[in-house]
Amino acid sequence: MDITVNILLTIATAATPLLIAAIGELVVERSGVLNLGVEGMMIMGAVAGFGAGYLTGSPWIGLLAAIAMGAVFSLLFAVMTLSLATNQVATGLSLTLLGLGLSGMMGTGFVGQPGEKLPNLYIPVLTEIPVVGKLLFGQDPIFYISIALTAAVMWFLFKTRTGLTLRSIGDSHTSAHALGIKVIRYRYLAVMFGGACAGLAGGHLSLVYTPQWVENMSAGRGWIALALVVFASWRPWRVLAGAYIFGAVWIGQLHAQAFGIPVPSQLLSSLPYLATIVVLVLISRNKRLTMMNTPASLGQPFVPDR
Amino acid sequence: MMRLELVKRPQRSMLFSALSPFIAFGLTIIAGAILFALLGVNPLNAFRIYFIEPVSQVWQLHELAIKAAPLILIAVGLSVCYKANVWNIGAEGQFILGGIFGSAIPVLFPGFEGPLVLPLMLLFGMVGGAAYAAIPALLKTRFGTNEILTSLMLVYVAQFFLDWLVRGPWRDPQGHGFPQTIQFNDSAVLPELMPDAGRANWGFVFALIAAVLVWLLMSRLLKGFEVRVLGSSPRAGRFAGFGLNRMVFFAFLLSGALAGLAGISEVSGAIGQLQPVISPGYGFTAIIVAFLGRLNPLGIVAAGLVLALTYLGGEAVQSALGISDKVARVFQGMLLFFVLGCDTLIHYRIRLVGMALTKGAAKLEAAPKLKEAR
Repeated sequence: MDITVNILLTIATAATPLLIAAIGELVVERSGVLNLGVEGMMIMGAVAGFGAGYLTGSPWIGLLAAIAMGAVFSLLFAVMTLSLATNQVATGLSLTLLGLGLSGMMGTGFVGQPGEKLPNLYIPVLTEIPVVGKLLFGQDPIFYISIALTAAVMWFLFKTRTGLTLRSIGDSHTSAHALGIKVIRYRYLAVMFGGACAGLAGGHLSLVYTPQWVENMSAGRGWIALALVVFASWRPWRVLAGAYIFGAVWIGQLHAQAFGIPVPSQLLSSLPYLATIVVLVLISRNKRLTMMNTPASLGQPFVPDR
Repeated sequence: MMRLELVKRPQRSMLFSALSPFIAFGLTIIAGAILFALLGVNPLNAFRIYFIEPVSQVWQLHELAIKAAPLILIAVGLSVCYKANVWNIGAEGQFILGGIFGSAIPVLFPGFEGPLVLPLMLLFGMVGGAAYAAIPALLKTRFGTNEILTSLMLVYVAQFFLDWLVRGPWRDPQGHGFPQTIQFNDSAVLPELMPDAGRANWGFVFALIAAVLVWLLMSRLLKGFEVRVLGSSPRAGRFAGFGLNRMVFFAFLLSGALAGLAGISEVSGAIGQLQPVISPGYGFTAIIVAFLGRLNPLGIVAAGLVLALTYLGGEAVQSALGISDKVARVFQGMLLFFVLGCDTLIHYRIRLVGMALTKGAAKLEAAPKLKEAR
């Protein structure tokens, strides 16, 4: 029983960064912007989170630094694509490349140093409930944030006027602009929200998942988060489900390696990436579902005429 | 509060089209100077070590050619993809598969020697890269799966596959357990161009040939026109009877084959055996090369040399100043950013507008225009 609970616990820990980064990107894409820089923002969040935690001794300051770094770094993408109308695919790619390089440089002094770990939050009484208690009420603080964030984004996008406006911008920026909506301003805020989320996800990696700094420690999670948004056809609760499926694959292959299953460890390690491809193919086969949910102006540059 | 405002030019500016890579390079230098200053290094001294010293002797120029060859080969292929609006970002994986396929000959048949070995290896390398690139192409055309994500995921898979090969079935039994294959026999090694002067091998010549051929293809042949039409307007392309799916395959197979050729040239020429890591991120850096070269094969040759220099410079500042060689990746990333930003100048004029003034100013400007219109 305990083993099952422990495995489920680790699945939640593996799923949390994917969930947070994907939820952030979902909001960005709902506003019609495709930011392929998730991996770069995530790794910048990871190095900032580790660094701030290591230097101040407080993982909480690390957490804030990770969020701030993600948001500030995404601003670079926002200025380029929104104010200068550059190609979003290429700009997002360059954000990832720059992030991987910058983080590697900033982190040279942190390699091999012991990091700060965010303590788990045990909610009194509730944690004592057998099985479910530890699972739902004895997790790291970012786990709770991730669940709350998913619910909040769901509510925001589909139950508030501002959310409706954001979605309308994603579907047709020209119409939204004609109605007098500040398209660029909304998109700036959406991109920065996505950046903050990616930064937080990175902070989770270096403050909770493995409290240390390893170069390229995001290991493609930012890209998997991007795939999750497509897989979820831009629905928050499906992102939640997808993130936990991928968390399970990630943990499953680690456990399989530990048990010494007679399969090359490299094959097991590549499972999350192969699973991403399979899942993308399965979802894109359903053309109607994808077509109906894809924000219509996703990835197209917008220059307001006067 | 100031705001940027883009004003569309009536036609693309030839001036900025030519100037933008240079402006971008200049801006990168300025940003780099700030970066070095922040690291507590005299920027002038750092630039001398970064950009001048690595190319001040002949043998160093050979090293530059070794680094530039794969970048140019890959970027030339990618330029066709990006012109066609096909987003292959998995060239790193296709490079690795090219290296693996080509190496199959000297690793599995170490006794096979003669003049046939190398051509066969190069051919296998191209087939390997193209076959690997065919996966995202097939998934995109059959199921409409996003090629950006699939081609990238395949990079990770390729890295693990190579790792497994050199630690498992292809490991050199006499290699003291090191994760590497046997050293290739002499007829499987890409010859050096001028062995007396430096290490540069035929890979660089392949890169130049590929650049010229693809340039001819894109500017002189119908296929190149097809690529450009389908890239800028798929609808217009369909009316002209150009097949979108065929184009996706064409772009992926061509870029995959070139990346594969780069992979086997690197393994056979510069390394001489397979090892767990055969590329310092050439497949990703080539994306920057493609854009810096304005997606033009001849521009890519120049851009490839510049980016190759950033690799050498990174190694130089690491050994001379003790700065992380990651500084190279930072330079590369900044360069791409500035190139993309400067490209905006080709299509738009940029104006700074005071936020508070805009509303009133817009009215004032609009009034005389109306009069003129009458």
